[in-house]
Amino acid sequence: MTGPGALEGVRVVELCDELGMFAGKLLADMGADVVKVEPPEGDRTRTYPPFADDEPGQERSLFFWHYNTSKASVTLDLEAAPDRERLRELIDRADILLQSGEAGADLDYESLRETNAGLIIVTLSPFGRGMPREDEAATDLTILAGGGPVWNCGYDDHSLPPVRGGGNQGYHTASHFGVMSALVALLYRDETGRGQHIDVNAHAAANVTTEAGTYTWLVAQDTVQRQTGRHAAVNPSMPSQVLCKDGKHVNTGIPPRRPESFGAVCEWLTTLGLAEEFLEFPLLEEGMRRERFDMSMLQQDEELMAIFGAGRAAMNFLAERLTAYEFFTGGQQRGFQIGIIYSPEEVLEDPHFIERGFPVEVEHPELERTVTYPGAPYQLLGSPWRIRRRAPLLGEDNERVFAELAGDAG
Amino acid sequence: MPQALSHLRICDFTGQLAGAGATRFLAAFGAQVIRIEDPVNQGRWDILRGMPPYVDERRGVEFGGPFNNHNVEKLGVTLNLRTERGKELLRELVKVSDVVAENFSAGVMERWGVGYEELQALREDIIYVSNCGFGHRGPYRSFKTWGPIVQAVSGLTFSSGLPDQPPAGGGYSYMDHTGAYYMAIAILMALRHRNRTGEGQWVDLGCTEAGASLTGPAILDYTVNGRPLRRDGSPNSNRSQHPAMAPHGIYPSQEEDTWVAISCRDERDWEAFGEVTGEEWTEEGRFSDLRGRLVAEDALDELVAGWTRTRGNFEAAALLQGAGVPATAVQRPQERIDQDPNTAAWGLWPTVKHRDMGDVRVDGLPVHFSETDWRMERGGPCLGEHNEEVFGGLLGLGADEIASLTEEGVL
Repeated sequence: MTGPGALEGVRVVELCDELGMFAGKLLADMGADVVKVEPPEGDRTRTYPPFADDEPGQERSLFFWHYNTSKASVTLDLEAAPDRERLRELIDRADILLQSGEAGADLDYESLRETNAGLIIVTLSPFGRGMPREDEAATDLTILAGGGPVWNCGYDDHSLPPVRGGGNQGYHTASHFGVMSALVALLYRDETGRGQHIDVNAHAAANVTTEAGTYTWLVAQDTVQRQTGRHAAVNPSMPSQVLCKDGKHVNTGIPPRRPESFGAVCEWLTTLGLAEEFLEFPLLEEGMRRERFDMSMLQQDEELMAIFGAGRAAMNFLAERLTAYEFFTGGQQRGFQIGIIYSPEEVLEDPHFIERGFPVEVEHPELERTVTYPGAPYQLLGSPWRIRRRAPLLGEDNERVFAELAGDAG
Repeated sequence: MPQALSHLRICDFTGQLAGAGATRFLAAFGAQVIRIEDPVNQGRWDILRGMPPYVDERRGVEFGGPFNNHNVEKLGVTLNLRTERGKELLRELVKVSDVVAENFSAGVMERWGVGYEELQALREDIIYVSNCGFGHRGPYRSFKTWGPIVQAVSGLTFSSGLPDQPPAGGGYSYMDHTGAYYMAIAILMALRHRNRTGEGQWVDLGCTEAGASLTGPAILDYTVNGRPLRRDGSPNSNRSQHPAMAPHGIYPSQEEDTWVAISCRDERDWEAFGEVTGEEWTEEGRFSDLRGRLVAEDALDELVAGWTRTRGNFEAAALLQGAGVPATAVQRPQERIDQDPNTAAWGLWPTVKHRDMGDVRVDGLPVHFSETDWRMERGGPCLGEHNEEVFGGLLGLGADEIASLTEEGVL
C-alpha cells in the first residue's frame, strides 16, 4: 500500500532508551518525521544482540534495527553547549518530544513550552515522575514482575517459577500508552493550539494490563492462580494445550457444548475415518441429539458430564492425530475457536499473514540485502502503515536535519 | 480541567475487552461514546455483562464486574436492529458520529446493512474501525478467536515459557488489552488524518497481526540469521534476550510460592549484588564478566536461588534496590493493588459509581496529562440507561415516541 501515512507532517524528537523507543517506531511507521537523538558514540541499544550474521557492530544490532525503522538519526553531545542549543532548536520546531531514560531527563519542560506552546512532551519512566518508587532501578523483567503480569503466568506446578512473557512486553505496554496519549494530546492541540506534558508510568501500565488478575481483586478480593497455558483463575480450569503429531502445540479452546458443535466433531472424525477408533463416539452422537446444554447442571447430570467429557476427549484425540496446522484449520473451518501455537518466525510463513501482506521487505543497501520484517499491526486503508526506511545509520541525517535547522533560523 | 476529546462522538458496537478497552480509553478523555446494545438478548452479545467477579450475591446483566470495568464513562442505549425503525435510528446516529467502532466477527455489520460502504453513504468522512482476530480480509476472515487464540497464533504464547516445558502462554488475555490499545491508536490516527485531509477511512485491524508485531527481534533473528525461536532450550523467557544480562531471573523466596525477580544490567549491578549478598561464590573467576556468567548461567541461577531462599521476597528486593540493583517481589494482586505505595500515589484504582452495583474500584490509566487529564467517575452503563439522553437529547425524539418505541421493542 502506498500514499501518505496518517501522521504525515508530525515532527517528533526522540530521546529514548528501550523503554520508550518503540513509541517512536509506532509514530514513524505511520508517517511521522521522527528524529532520534543519539550521543556521538551511538545509542546504547546499538550494542544489543542479536547481530546480523552474529557479528557485533554499531550498524548490525537486530534489536536496534527493529525498534528504529522509519526514523532519522542525529548525533548530539548533550554535555556540550552548542549541541544542547541545537537540541533546543530541534525541540522548538517539534510537535512531540518523546523522552525516556537518562538522556534529556534534565530538560526543563516549562521553559521548552515557553518557546513552543504547542509542544507535547511525553516522558516514559518505570514508576512515574515524582512517585514514591521513582528512584528504584527497573528492567522489563522487574516491571512485569512487580506490576502484575508475572503473577498470572506460568505452570500448574507451582514449584516452577512464574514466567515473564518474552519480547519486552513491559516496555511495549508503556510505549503503547505513550502513543495513545500523544495522539489524544495532538487532537486536543488541533482544536486549541495548546500542548502539554504527559507522564507515562510503566509499572502502572503493567498493573492495568492484567485483566482478571486485577479486577478479581478489585471487585471480589479474590486471588487468581497461574495455570499452564491458560488464564490464571481463582478455581482451576481444565487443560487446553495439546501436543500434535508434528511436535507443535495447539490451544483447543472451548470444547463442544452445543448440539451443532457435537455434530461438527462427529463429522470431522468420520471424514478422517477415525469414528470407530474413538470409542466414545456414541456419546458425541448423543450430544448431537440433545436439544440444549445447561452447563449449570453439569455436576448433577451424569450423562451430560459424560457427553461433555467425550467432547473434550474428542478434541484432544483429533489434535494428537493431526499436525497442528491441520487441527487448527480443520477445527476453525468447523466453527471451533482453536489456535495453532506458532513460534514468532512461523507466523511469517502462514498463508493468511502472507496474503494480508504482513511480512514486509526492507532494503539494507549497505549490506546489499533485503530483510523481511514484521509488518503492520493495523491496516489503515486510507493512510497506510509503512516502513519508510531501515533503521538509520549513526548520524545518518545530521546534514539534512542541521541544514533544516539553519534554514529555519535564517 | 478541560477534556481533550469532548468534541468527538463514537458510535460504539464494541464488547468484551479487545474492543471495549479501546473506547474506554477515549471515553476517559471525554469522547462521547455511545454503546449500542440489543434489547432482545439484553446486551448479551457482550458476554461479560453477566460474568464474574461480582460485588455481592446479585447476578445478571447489570452485575458483571468485567463489563463495568471495561465500560466506564460510556453511555448505553438499546436498539433492536431486526426492526426497520431500529436500523433507521442507527443511521441517524451514524450521521452525527465521527467514528463507528466494532469487534464482531467479520460480516456482522454488513448483515445489518451498516458495512463500510453504507456507513460512508451516510457520512462521507466516517471513520470505521473493525477489530477481530484475523481481520476482515484474507483466508482466515471467517475464523473466530478470543485472547488466548490470538496469542497462540501470533507467536506470543510460544515466546513465554521455560525450557523443557510446554508454552506458558500469557496467563491472561494480554492481546485483548493490547488489541484494544492498537484499536485506540488506530482510531486516534484516523481522526488525525481526517483533521488534516478531511477524509475518513476504514481501518481493518486483525489482533493476530498486532500480536505478531510484538516479537520483532525474534523474527529478525530468524529472517537475518536463520535462528528460529523454536530450538532446543528455547525459549527461556525469564532470562534476558535483548540485551544480554546475568543474573536475570525469577528466584524462589522463603515462603511457599513467593518469588523475587532480579536483573543485573551490567558489571556495576553485579558488583553491588556481590556486596549486598556477601556470598563468596560471587567472587569466583568464572562469574567475573558477563560472558562467563552467561556460559555458567544454570549454575549461577542455582547459587542465586540459594541466597534468595533464605529470606522474604520483599526483603531481598529492598536489599538489592538499596544498592541500585533492579529487583522486585513478584507481587500478588493484593500486594500491588492495596499495599504498593506507588499505585496508591498515582491514583491508579479510581472508584466509579454504577447505577445498580454502587461504588466499585476499576483500572485507572497509567498516564497523567498536565492540561487535560483523564476522568473516571461513571460506571459501565446499565441496559438502555441513556436512551432518553441519546434518542431524546441528541436525536430529538419526544418522550412519547421513546416510550412507544420501548413498548414496541425497538428500544
